[in-house]
Amino acid sequence: MRRAWWLWAGAIAVYAFLYVPLAVVVAFSFNDSRLNAEWVGFTLNWYKTLLADEAMLQAAFNSLLIAVVASAVATVLGTMAGIAMHRWKPKLLPFMVLTPVAMPEILLGVSLLVFFITAFGQESLSLLTVVLAHITFCLGFVAIIVRSRLAGMDESLFEAARDLGATPWQTFRLVTLPLIMPGIIAGALMAFTLSIDDFVITFFTSGVGVKTLPLQIYSMIKVAVTPEVNAVSTLLMLITLAMIAIASRLAPGVLKAH
Amino acid sequence: MALLEIRNVTRRYGDLAAVCDVSLDVEQGEFFTLLGPSGCGKTTLLRMIAGFEAPDAGRILLDGKDLAGTPPEQRPVHTVFQSYALFPHMTVAQNIAFPLRMAGRPTEEISRRVGETLELVHLGDKAHQYPHELSGGQKQRVALARGLVNRPRLLLLDEPLGALDAKLREEMQLELIKLQKEVGVTFVFVTHAQAEALALSHRIAVLRDGRVEQMDEPSRIYGFPKNRFVADFIGSINLLDAEVIEAASGHLRLSVAGLGEVIAPHAAAAGAGLRGAFAIRPEQVRISPHTEAPQLKNHFTGRVSSFLYIGDVTTYIVETAGGARIEALLPNSAPGRAQFFETGDAVAVSWRHDAGAWLGE
Repeated sequence: MRRAWWLWAGAIAVYAFLYVPLAVVVAFSFNDSRLNAEWVGFTLNWYKTLLADEAMLQAAFNSLLIAVVASAVATVLGTMAGIAMHRWKPKLLPFMVLTPVAMPEILLGVSLLVFFITAFGQESLSLLTVVLAHITFCLGFVAIIVRSRLAGMDESLFEAARDLGATPWQTFRLVTLPLIMPGIIAGALMAFTLSIDDFVITFFTSGVGVKTLPLQIYSMIKVAVTPEVNAVSTLLMLITLAMIAIASRLAPGVLKAH
Repeated sequence: MALLEIRNVTRRYGDLAAVCDVSLDVEQGEFFTLLGPSGCGKTTLLRMIAGFEAPDAGRILLDGKDLAGTPPEQRPVHTVFQSYALFPHMTVAQNIAFPLRMAGRPTEEISRRVGETLELVHLGDKAHQYPHELSGGQKQRVALARGLVNRPRLLLLDEPLGALDAKLREEMQLELIKLQKEVGVTFVFVTHAQAEALALSHRIAVLRDGRVEQMDEPSRIYGFPKNRFVADFIGSINLLDAEVIEAASGHLRLSVAGLGEVIAPHAAAAGAGLRGAFAIRPEQVRISPHTEAPQLKNHFTGRVSSFLYIGDVTTYIVETAGGARIEALLPNSAPGRAQFFETGDAVAVSWRHDAGAWLGE
């Protein structure tokens, strides 16, 4: 069946709105000009500049470190919370776990800042506080995904495992875990991407010394959007795409809705 | 000593007693069925035997040993779930190997016994397929194989045929009987389908509202239901309000609503003046043209109000002169329709004086 031309036009417009800005950033990262205005010629100079930029490299390292640690911890805790919410249907836990997800980031940022300063003092703000803050808001996302994965599952699967001789731990390891693994991987992926590009909460909890990539990019564009920023954005995009590719390889079906 | 002894078991959910003071014995090698409508407590009872729920009162003994406090994984009891509960991330062979793995059997023994069990359920060629690649009947067989492979003392089956279509269900019934005989494992089967229970079981316990209404062999449950509920639940039956006029030694004289006087077999509980019901199976009722002279004592005239031609039999609903509706079965054994009545035809229904039964309230 031929679809109406305006459906095609609409679809193209939406995709263009989503992807043209990204394409422009990628293209201009290879542009041999200081200005994001016209195409001059191909160059890899901006990537070379980037690799020579100590502050930028340090920020990238911090971002990766924070994202890896925060998403790992959030995945473990979020999985546990998701399972607990599914199994025991507690009243308070979902509220406590999911509030940081729904709360405006600025509010979470300010309250974490106030908490860290009053509890541990001004000097406590560091990589550690950023990691703790990221775990706080990533955990909820993992918990939601894991719980929804469990909710769609036949409860008698877990009873069958016990019935056939598996201890509760064997049931978890051999049945529950493999079955919710796509959800866990999806949650971990989500936590990683949320953490690596977070600005607001990081801004409030990082103190003076610690810079992450989003913070570094922000401080650079205060002056002007340089091609170097384009280059670092392109790299960030690559990392994200790689994460999605890895996840869909590890757990086919993550990208599909169950 | 019976293999499974259930002693005065009660299980409450809030104010509701799902299982109420149930006692029963299941013998070694028996095919025992818990039969009842949904909500009668049969599944709760099964779950208590499996160990997923604990009784509030009473004891469950297996081989004379009290199961209280024994978790499901340590009971030599396996369950075939209504949804089959096959592990979707494991192949058929891995599913069947699961209980053996959990029991810590050596690898070569596992693969040998998985192979044997696959042959037993005719799935030798499906070992490396995943559950989602199987048909309903095949999944059913895998679930059975998984439940039987480690030779449990007891196999619990929770409406395992419920999800199959009628034709396949009949096939699986025959196969279940054969399988149970071959492996000699004791089966406790839960169902709400009375025909299935009659066909499969050595003994049936009919449950209602958490209590055992009657426990006996299928032919006795069908032929001699203890009360109105059992009579009505098992098969189809004519149930008419009746009062005892005279309780003689050999027979009863009843006054049956819509019929008048009926002679029925003696019942121990019957006494003159008692109210209850007269019950008679449709296949025990003879239907004949009204012109035929009465041959039996219980003989009533009426008209055919409707009929259902089912193929092997025709079911007639006859409305008697007194207003009773009597269902009668006529086998279509003769070629053509030698003896056939139309709606509105004047007919007579009759039955032997030793057929039917008086049931107390």
